[in-house]
Amino acid sequence: MGYPHKPHPKETAVLSKHFGDAEARSYKGWVKRGGYEAWKQAQAMTPAAIIEELKNSGLRGRGGAGFPTGLKWSFMPKEKKKPHYLCVNADESEPGTFKDREIMRWTPHQLLEGTAIAMRAIQAEVGYIYVRGEFTEPFAIMAQALDEAYKAGILGDLKIYLVRGAGAYICGEETALMNSIEGKRGNPRIKPPFPAAAGVFGLPTTINNVETLAAVPHILKNGAAWYKAMCLSNPKSTGTKLFSVCGQVQKPGNYEVTMGFPLKDLIYGMAGGVPRGRTLKACIPGGSSVPILNREETESCLLDYEGCVEKGTMLGSGGVIVFDDSADMVYQIMRLARFYAHESCAQCTQCREGTAWTTKILQRILAGQGKSTDLDLLLDLSENMTGKTICVLSDSCAAPVVSGIKKFRGEFEEYLAGRRRPVVAA
Amino acid sequence: MSAHPTAAREYQPVFLGKTREQLDTILKRYPNKQAALLPALWLVQEARGWISDRNMAEVAEVLALTPAYVKGVVTFYTMYHQHPVGRNFVQVCTTSPCNLCGAEGVVKAFLEHTSARDLGATSPDGSWTVIEVECLGACGFATPVLINDDFIESVTPEKVPELVRKYREGRR
Ligand SMILES: Cc1cc2nc3c(=O)[nH]c(=O)nc-3n(C[C@H](O)[C@H](O)[C@H](O)COP(=O)(O)O)c2cc1C
Ligand code: SF4
Ligand code: FES
Repeated sequence: MGYPHKPHPKETAVLSKHFGDAEARSYKGWVKRGGYEAWKQAQAMTPAAIIEELKNSGLRGRGGAGFPTGLKWSFMPKEKKKPHYLCVNADESEPGTFKDREIMRWTPHQLLEGTAIAMRAIQAEVGYIYVRGEFTEPFAIMAQALDEAYKAGILGDLKIYLVRGAGAYICGEETALMNSIEGKRGNPRIKPPFPAAAGVFGLPTTINNVETLAAVPHILKNGAAWYKAMCLSNPKSTGTKLFSVCGQVQKPGNYEVTMGFPLKDLIYGMAGGVPRGRTLKACIPGGSSVPILNREETESCLLDYEGCVEKGTMLGSGGVIVFDDSADMVYQIMRLARFYAHESCAQCTQCREGTAWTTKILQRILAGQGKSTDLDLLLDLSENMTGKTICVLSDSCAAPVVSGIKKFRGEFEEYLAGRRRPVVAA
Repeated sequence: MSAHPTAAREYQPVFLGKTREQLDTILKRYPNKQAALLPALWLVQEARGWISDRNMAEVAEVLALTPAYVKGVVTFYTMYHQHPVGRNFVQVCTTSPCNLCGAEGVVKAFLEHTSARDLGATSPDGSWTVIEVECLGACGFATPVLINDDFIESVTPEKVPELVRKYREGRR
């Protein structure tokens, strides 16, 4: 459902069916809506059978990378020799993305149910739900739901705990999140070892995004075939996905559609298009870390993993940022670069220096003091920031810069030629 | 504990009574003490409003860490205050999606209507601190603002005077 708007007829509301329905928040309300049936079903299944069902469904991680969930779970040791852990990634901080927040706010038990099933599948006795520090309301709602679930005895002897983050985008990166849970600075770790071998506290760990886990109960309840059948384009992208539409649109909000849905229909049909009198200029379809699309690409892009790659971008987290013709792309790209410079954990030289330098050059251009060689310098810098660091935050900073210069070069050149009024102080 | 010659007042530990009990509950969730560091720092900030060097030393002692280690962690995370802040701490998101929807105007309005004249500065009467923050994860509700622990959606410059009045009077 297009929360905070009325459901749109073209939506396929699975995860968002009860958004806006305050009664669904309580344990009783959730059970009344069919909640925890899948969990009961899972308890009668072997871990291997649950993993098989997930594999067959085609579900892929909704946190950004799109890794097949069943396959990820199957990497956990089959024979349990040490404690296993599940980490739930509720750090949602990727600019443009605000779907996990709504899942937790409206359907906390949907997440808890998925968490419980995942814990059974990977044989974990402890699960940590890591919620970003600024999400005060979702945290309180999750705490209450957890309390109710324990009082009802539904979670058995699973130990699920909430952990509050403290302000750091980088803690959404899976190994940084594990370090943060361990009481450390949120620095990403070098991989391998991968979490399934050595994750939180050095023990076998699986980490999943909130939306990924929220889909799990529905898959068990309705079957892998049902989930897999929800597909409008490439069979490698199945199920539904929540898209957070924001920026210059008339009806920003979360819209849930079947994989392969046209981006054009999401923006114009559901989100009401750009403000009256404006035209669409650009769109970032997968959160700020993916390449920018121009209008033509936006209007022909299909929303699934492959459809986005075909247009030279990525589905990422599903945060759709819309820019109309009034947007200053140079300024917007600088603002994104500044975000990454602020959030770099500073372990890798290319990232620490590259994000800061990129921001500085863009600010110089916006101040009317750019040099004719600046665009080449930016592209050169971006190349050195891509594929060379411990995590992909560095690459994420380069993505909007490279695609921005490629597609909106004219705007940069106007600043360089002194044809645009400087917008930032030197 | 006897007063340190340079200390104006004797240090009052945070982890006593109920707060100590809360920490003990948290410690049970982890295989080691270090993992309780972020929650312990939250408890300090809830009790004292910010985290002083002396508080960090206490946390270090309670969790068997060194003060330098604790400081290293505190400085990594933006939400821990290493200095006192205003009674009303205002965080306005200005990242691109919100910027596109007019977030800069919201920042300006907060600076104008509170006595905190500069970003990050605390008003002379200690009641306001206003800062810009990166994406608050609510971009469809531009502009989201956190005032203390209250997450407020869809703030526009026009709504700022009323919000400021509300928090100035201590009503929530
Ligand atoms: C810099 C950075 C930030 C990330 N932030 C998040 C985040 O906020 N939430 C999230 O679920 N995944 C985030 N990820 C992706 C996680 O590392 C990880 O792939 C994901 O949580 C795995 O879950 P999934 O397989 O269910 O998608 C981030 C990755 C990077 C490199
Ligand atoms: S790429 Fe950047 S954020 Fe990632 S580990 Fe290196 S310095 Fe840290
Ligand atoms: S950009 Fe402001 S909340 Fe995301």
